[in-house]
Amino acid sequence: MNFDFSDDQKQLRDQARKFLAEKCSPKAVRVVLDGKAPYDRELWKGLAEMGFLGVAIPEEFGGAGAGHLELCVIAEEMGRANAPVPFSSTVYLAAEALLIAGSEAQKKKWLPAIASGEAIGTLALFEGKGNPSPKNVKLTAANGALNGVKKPVPDGAIADFAVVAARTGSSGRDSDISLFLVDLKAGGVEVKSLTNLDPTRGQAEITFKDAKAEPLGSAGEGWSILTEVLDRAAVLCAFEQVGGADRALEMGRDYALDRIAFGRQIGSFQAVKHMLADMYVSATLARSNSYYGAWALSTNAAELSEAAAAARISATQAFQHCAKNNIQVHGGMGFTWEFDCHMYYRRANAMALGLGSLSYWEDQLIDRMRKKNAA
Amino acid sequence: MNFDDTPQEAEFRATARAWIAANAPKQYEEELRKSSLGRTVLKNANILDVAKAWQKKKADAGWACLHWPKEYGGRGSSPIERVIWQQEEGPFGQLSRMFIIGHGMCGPTMMAFAREEHKRTYLPPLASGEKVWCQLFSEPAGGSDVAGLRTRAEKDGDDWIVNGQKIWTSGAHYSDYGILLTRTDPTVPKHKGLTMFFLDMKSPGVEVRPIKQASGASDFNEVYFTNVRIPDHQRLGEVGDGWNVSLTTLMNERSAIGAAVSTGFPELFEYCSSLMLDDGPAIEDRAVRSKLANWAVKASGLKYTSMRAISALSKGERPGPENSIGKLVAGSMIQDVATYALDLQGANGVISGEDAELAGRFQAMLLRAPGTRVEGGTDEIMRNIIAERVLGLPGDIRVDKDVPFNKIPTKGRN
Repeated sequence: MNFDFSDDQKQLRDQARKFLAEKCSPKAVRVVLDGKAPYDRELWKGLAEMGFLGVAIPEEFGGAGAGHLELCVIAEEMGRANAPVPFSSTVYLAAEALLIAGSEAQKKKWLPAIASGEAIGTLALFEGKGNPSPKNVKLTAANGALNGVKKPVPDGAIADFAVVAARTGSSGRDSDISLFLVDLKAGGVEVKSLTNLDPTRGQAEITFKDAKAEPLGSAGEGWSILTEVLDRAAVLCAFEQVGGADRALEMGRDYALDRIAFGRQIGSFQAVKHMLADMYVSATLARSNSYYGAWALSTNAAELSEAAAAARISATQAFQHCAKNNIQVHGGMGFTWEFDCHMYYRRANAMALGLGSLSYWEDQLIDRMRKKNAA
Repeated sequence: MNFDDTPQEAEFRATARAWIAANAPKQYEEELRKSSLGRTVLKNANILDVAKAWQKKKADAGWACLHWPKEYGGRGSSPIERVIWQQEEGPFGQLSRMFIIGHGMCGPTMMAFAREEHKRTYLPPLASGEKVWCQLFSEPAGGSDVAGLRTRAEKDGDDWIVNGQKIWTSGAHYSDYGILLTRTDPTVPKHKGLTMFFLDMKSPGVEVRPIKQASGASDFNEVYFTNVRIPDHQRLGEVGDGWNVSLTTLMNERSAIGAAVSTGFPELFEYCSSLMLDDGPAIEDRAVRSKLANWAVKASGLKYTSMRAISALSKGERPGPENSIGKLVAGSMIQDVATYALDLQGANGVISGEDAELAGRFQAMLLRAPGTRVEGGTDEIMRNIIAERVLGLPGDIRVDKDVPFNKIPTKGRN
């Protein structure tokens, strides 16, 4: 049994950690946090040069042609560094949708541009409140033109193109939904930035008025493609969350060792020790569930749907838990803008919603477990 | 990343599987499979007899105590082979329950500290299950703080005379031997005045009394010592070095990797899958699904944490500290799961025993659960261990550290 990353993959993780420690310090993150830039352009360029943006993109489309396990270890480091770049929307959502359903021409057009850092992509799925569901897709597509409003769209204000979920039927079935590719720099597209919990990753409202769009995948296949995209993204985001949870735990641990109160290190009080031990427990459970997700993703296993939901739930809980208790360990200072704790708290809570909320994934997990048991 | 055996592992697995298929007591398989809640009962046979027979059969064929050296009754297997054996033994592994303490803790302590002649005499019958061992550490005044124990051993010629009381001794009533931690010097700080021995449980002056637990069952005992004589050659380690010797024992207790921990989740999921509530199937109820999903990811998280440790063994590496979370997570989870299963039964959940839902399976789980959060290290001790050994946080400030044992207060208030 070898339920672990290979030495090469661990080496890649170390390389990514080192690179991000240098290029993505908390100070650099704060430039975006403070609204001075929409994302870290230099870092984005650097990630492209390192080959990280295209690590799971095949060589024929300009990528490194490694695989999803390699992408998982990079994702973990992106989460650990709280990187203020459109990595998840471009790499987990847009690129994966293209890899699953794109035509040869579409892949040729967009994937090399993603790998080189020239194109930012995203997925426009949500239309206001609600979780992923065909019935929540109201935006229409007819004669190659889209009409409707999507929000929130992750990194929508800086994206060059979007994969858009649109309604092409009214039968009440999943087959009413189709996917489209839209060049966001073309006509008929209006983009408005929205303030959001985590300013280091933007959110936008995009209005489509007769916007020109080309189909991505077959008509009526949109929902099944989306389901697979979301499952893959759930695993990849879980690694970001695991990285973030680990970093928040480390910050809390370090502060507990440094801070003296009542004449002793606060990390010597059991109330604090036990809080940190519980953070370690949830981070460990999340890591193990995420490893299983990584295995399922990298082997294209039938277990992916269940593994992805479990990784999603476990990693979301762990990151939220570690981020909020990291602030608690820091006491009042943890609640200042100056300390970095709130960056992880913001990211943890934003990520908990991005692919659909916990209650949605809980529902998915139970459905998928039942299906497996019935089979 | 894969879950596959290496060629050597696959070969070992095939050999083990074939031997088990040909030799295991299949007539009990069904009953053993269902006994996942910490208690193994056979309707028409004495479990001790069945367990001893299976152990002896394994020993005769070289399948007992796989990780022990051959000369002491083991197989000299690698850690990963031991895990594979456990996986293949499956429900029949339940029969090893009565030997866990002896094989997992007493044996390794004997191996590290007993004289060679004693090892050759005592270890093979321990491996083969012909002799059963227990561990006599905890006392009424020394549970989590085991170094606070008061059982005295005083030198008398070539012997030691032991007086005192032990508690929570699993299996003392059917044990032949035990390892015993005693206080030999009460005038030095508590960790420094301890000495370890092994003894014959049939020695004059040893009295075993079962404890009736909160659950009504009796899995543990009190053991009383009145002028029990132990020869000095049965001492394990130096006089006054008993604390270090006991750490060897306890490290072995906590290093059991690949042993499945019960969480109650598979039982709850199965139950909810067929249960009808007032307004429909439980499994379609939003609140039930949310609870199940949260426990599902804990159960799977534990499973894959264990797989990570096994992978480290497979590569010949030392597993990381991840496995230390198992008991902490599973202990409180099984309690919560049982509480919730009864909640789903409404007022009728109060009925236990044969007349209850599923013959009282979850009621029994509820009543047994508090013990799982205490035995083998309380939740609080487990959190301390994680905080100190994994996260590197400071140890507790110990006010009794440099105080002679006989000067430490014995009462909380007067």
